[in-house]
Amino acid sequence: MWAFLHKLGSPKGFYAISGRWLPALWGVAVALILVGGVWGLVFAPADYQQGNSFRIIYVHVPAAFLAQSIFVAMAVAGLVFMVWKIKLADMAAAMMAPLGAGMTFVALFSGAVWGVPTWGTWWQWDARLTSMLILLFLYIGVIALRGAFVSRDGGARAASLLAMVGVINIPIIKFSVEWWYTLHQPASFSITEKPAMPAEMWLPLLSMVLGFYAFFLAVTLTRTRSEILRRESSKRWVRALVEERR
Amino acid sequence: MAFDSLSAFLSMGGHAPYVWSAYGATAALLLGVGWHARAERRRVRRDLARRMRRERRQAEAADASTDEGPTR
Amino acid sequence: MSSDEPAGGLSLAWRATLRRDLVLRLRRPGEVLNPLAFFALVITLFPLGLSPSASLLATIAPGLLWVAALLAALLSLDGMFRDDAEDGSLEQLLLSPQPLPALAMAKVAAHWLLTGLPLALMAPLLGVMLSLPAGSYGVLALSLALGSASLSLIGAIGAALTVGVPRGGVLLSLLVLPLYIPVLIFGVGAVQAAAQGDGVAAHLAILGALLAAGLTLAPFAIAAALRIGLNG
Repeated sequence: MWAFLHKLGSPKGFYAISGRWLPALWGVAVALILVGGVWGLVFAPADYQQGNSFRIIYVHVPAAFLAQSIFVAMAVAGLVFMVWKIKLADMAAAMMAPLGAGMTFVALFSGAVWGVPTWGTWWQWDARLTSMLILLFLYIGVIALRGAFVSRDGGARAASLLAMVGVINIPIIKFSVEWWYTLHQPASFSITEKPAMPAEMWLPLLSMVLGFYAFFLAVTLTRTRSEILRRESSKRWVRALVEERR
Repeated sequence: MAFDSLSAFLSMGGHAPYVWSAYGATAALLLGVGWHARAERRRVRRDLARRMRRERRQAEAADASTDEGPTR
Repeated sequence: MSSDEPAGGLSLAWRATLRRDLVLRLRRPGEVLNPLAFFALVITLFPLGLSPSASLLATIAPGLLWVAALLAALLSLDGMFRDDAEDGSLEQLLLSPQPLPALAMAKVAAHWLLTGLPLALMAPLLGVMLSLPAGSYGVLALSLALGSASLSLIGAIGAALTVGVPRGGVLLSLLVLPLYIPVLIFGVGAVQAAAQGDGVAAHLAILGALLAAGLTLAPFAIAAALRIGLNG
């Protein structure tokens, strides 16, 4: 077990092992998203209250889940990088940040679009949407801070620290925003809270959520492998690899 | 099947602009990110291979010049 | 610990750092007064931009005062470590045998004493101009004093991270402002509750809890950020 983890922690071992898993992972991601998407769009019954606009849940919720999970994953990778000096963790963190920001944006966009048929407005200062907007700013901050440093190591350590500070603050921000919202907008209709969804409604959602997570893993692994080749381009094993491919 | 016909499916019970733009934005992100990851991988490999070819040429040229060394 | 170190080395170093920062800042009173002038100016803009109606201003005064004070505190953050980084004294601080988190706290304390506290003391005056309901002035000052200490602590992390970044001011606000939101929400909440005659203990308690959490965690984050920011 430890030997395996050790191998996974070195760029070379990671490159070899992840290369074996990747095709299957991409396949699972595409299959789950296609199944969940078609099921949610075509076969799931319309909501008795919201009608067909309810189908936005199948992209809004997975995107929102992923947006938060990626930030946590980034902070964990940052901690691993800062404590054990494992460069691989930083490469992964750097590669997943833009995807997290993209997911946050999509969650915001689909939430805003969903707001038109349900609330009658494009934007409402709803607790979830507001927290999501703040999360987007946190992502932008981490990405911008990494880019502002001239040295790669400095940028990596700064981004790791900021991600960790951010992840400690996210629950506090969510709590305070929810408190603020209940104070100003008592008992409004929240879009994603549904009492007891029937199985034909939540099964496609589950498929989409799992598919999005698989997609995130696949993209991060693929991009981390590219980043390894870029950063370790003078290592012998990388050169041997490129020779072999020709 | 929640819809009777293709046109009913496309109109989404009057919510077409909302449903389709939300799905469209998501699909654009997923496809864009997937395509970018793939393109990045190719680009990195191509650049690496090109760099190694150049270095090998340079090494060969250096070898050739040292072979002629004494005459120069 | 070397034998020739004077007794009470840490508290001595802490007080010396605090004293040095206070003296250096007070020698350039402009830098201490600028955030206060900014605060007053921003508050002046709102009646001009909205309307001079006292009833309207009174309802939005808690939020206006807090947001303006927060921006004024933000404005002063960039100078927290930059001058020391440029003249090399920050590196001396990093090389000191005393624990860096503690010394960084002395610098944060100096910053709060010369920005957060004056802003809190000045806020009631501006509150009068915005016809803030009577009875909420004490809570306004207290919430700002408590809250701005948290703002200084959180801001110091961002200021330390961007100390090596040229023209890092905009980046600094981008990093720090999202983290300021909880303090803003509960600070405004306290003043609004006081203006409506409700109890304010809960809000002030949460502000105190945020400050306590900041006091325990931020020093280490600031110290780590200083090492990153200075060494690139």
